[in-house]
Amino acid sequence: MIEVEDVYFSYPNNVEALKGVTLTIKEGEFVAIMGQNGAGKTTLVKHFNGLLKPSRGLVRIDNVETTKTSVAALAKNAGFVFQNPDHQLFSETVEEEIAFALKNFGFKKDIVKQRINWALNLLGLTQYRKTSPFLLSGGERKRVALASVLAWNPKTLILDEPTIGQDYRQKEKLRQFILQMQTQQKTVVIVTHDVEFVAECNPRVLLMKEGKIMADGKGTEILTNQEVLNQSSIVLPQIAQVFHKLSHFGLPKNIIDLYEAKNILLKTLEKRQ
Amino acid sequence: MPVIETKNLTYTYPGGKLPSIKDVSMKVEKGEFVLITGPSGCGKTTLCRCFNGLIPNFYQGEIKGEITVTGLNTSKKHTYEMAKHVGLVFQNPENQLFALSIEKDVAFGLENLGVDREKIRQRVDWALKQVGIYDIRERSPHEVSGGQQQRVAIASVLAMQPELIVLDEPTSFLDPLSAKKIFAVINELNTKLGITVVLVEHRLDLTAKYASRIIIMDQGKICLDGKPRKILNKEETRLLGVGIPKATLLHQELLENKLKLRNTTPLSSQELANFLEELLKTK
Repeated sequence: MIEVEDVYFSYPNNVEALKGVTLTIKEGEFVAIMGQNGAGKTTLVKHFNGLLKPSRGLVRIDNVETTKTSVAALAKNAGFVFQNPDHQLFSETVEEEIAFALKNFGFKKDIVKQRINWALNLLGLTQYRKTSPFLLSGGERKRVALASVLAWNPKTLILDEPTIGQDYRQKEKLRQFILQMQTQQKTVVIVTHDVEFVAECNPRVLLMKEGKIMADGKGTEILTNQEVLNQSSIVLPQIAQVFHKLSHFGLPKNIIDLYEAKNILLKTLEKRQ
Repeated sequence: MPVIETKNLTYTYPGGKLPSIKDVSMKVEKGEFVLITGPSGCGKTTLCRCFNGLIPNFYQGEIKGEITVTGLNTSKKHTYEMAKHVGLVFQNPENQLFALSIEKDVAFGLENLGVDREKIRQRVDWALKQVGIYDIRERSPHEVSGGQQQRVAIASVLAMQPELIVLDEPTSFLDPLSAKKIFAVINELNTKLGITVVLVEHRLDLTAKYASRIIIMDQGKICLDGKPRKILNKEETRLLGVGIPKATLLHQELLENKLKLRNTTPLSSQELANFLEELLKTK
């Protein structure tokens, strides 16, 4: 469980990135944090594995205050994938990159091998096993960074912009994987601008603005509230856009799912035809 | 004369075992807005790097086949010469901004070419105004938002008044509203100034409506090339893992369920809403 209580955070240059954030993320929850560039999203999630410690207020991970423990201890529970993969890749081959954390955590040789194969396969990277990460495309490097964290199966997964540079098929795989994580009671927190991805996953959505939480609720609710979205520089998902434009015909506005949209439209129009 | 013409272009990065692009033959005419998409790792970025000569001049490696851009043989021209004709905007603007003020960043390319002062002033002001950042020109590019940084990057290439602008996922680090605005700016450069645009993008929901043509790449090759409505409606497009906009998918679903909806593939939520409105109005 992640508990954040009235957290303020200022960077050394006196930029106050968090201004009183309070929230609780329970075990097994799937949360998407959204909001304008510079709203404090990345700063907030860096508190979830102790990379940053609050200037004021407190953060507790599984009842332990982050100021009272080490990043190393916290890192074992929370896997963090950065926005820019180049900030975390350093090995000579994709395989070594994935092996690094596994070896550090002291997994046995055969387990390491098994986990590497599993992660390579999951992220469609098997063919690049012996390739240098730096010869791969931006989207592929992002997946190597993901694989290196997923491989050690952390209890909490924090993904900063996981869908950047990913095609639809990769995004769908990521979505399936997150769903699978949830069935294992694992916590997944993503920071993202990808409205369509969030609409398909329909997780809990936290909207941030200027260092504060502006809205907190189910995807269906937040992603169809044009007013709060506008304030956070987010646009409605495309399905919701269609329903907002047609709301004067008595159609509901809170629709983000393709199949729900189809059923409502068929019902409404069949009645009329 | 086409703005871009390639014949059997094949390229392998140094140390790469397989070519990243294979036998690419394509033509882009003046004034087109070409959207290039395809699975991650399919060669989109590599192709863009060929368009301004970064490949092979900077990346080295092995290039085969022919490529001319704005009539020039990119392998024989220096990258700085190509920069007069082709502007390249990257995924992450931080990778290309470095000066102390926005206007200095925008002026940099022109200064390097030895353009005279008065002309630089004119062009820089013009470019800043085109993308709507004239008022913040004296600020540091590192203290403005990601959306504005991306505008600075676009203004920097625009100041060179290139015939062609190539943008490689230019908004992937931006929030959706800033992204929407950037795409609108790019569209204006194309429609108002007649600049040829090549845009690499996964998010067709935001961009398909601006494109005059969509090219889909897979495994280093061009596998589909045509008008947006046609491409988005093809089963192959979906099978290649391209994210079809939800409005387009909803339209397909409704047609399959025999709804008497207009049979034109919608490229935006507005178009689909219009088609649905026609039905909703007639009782």
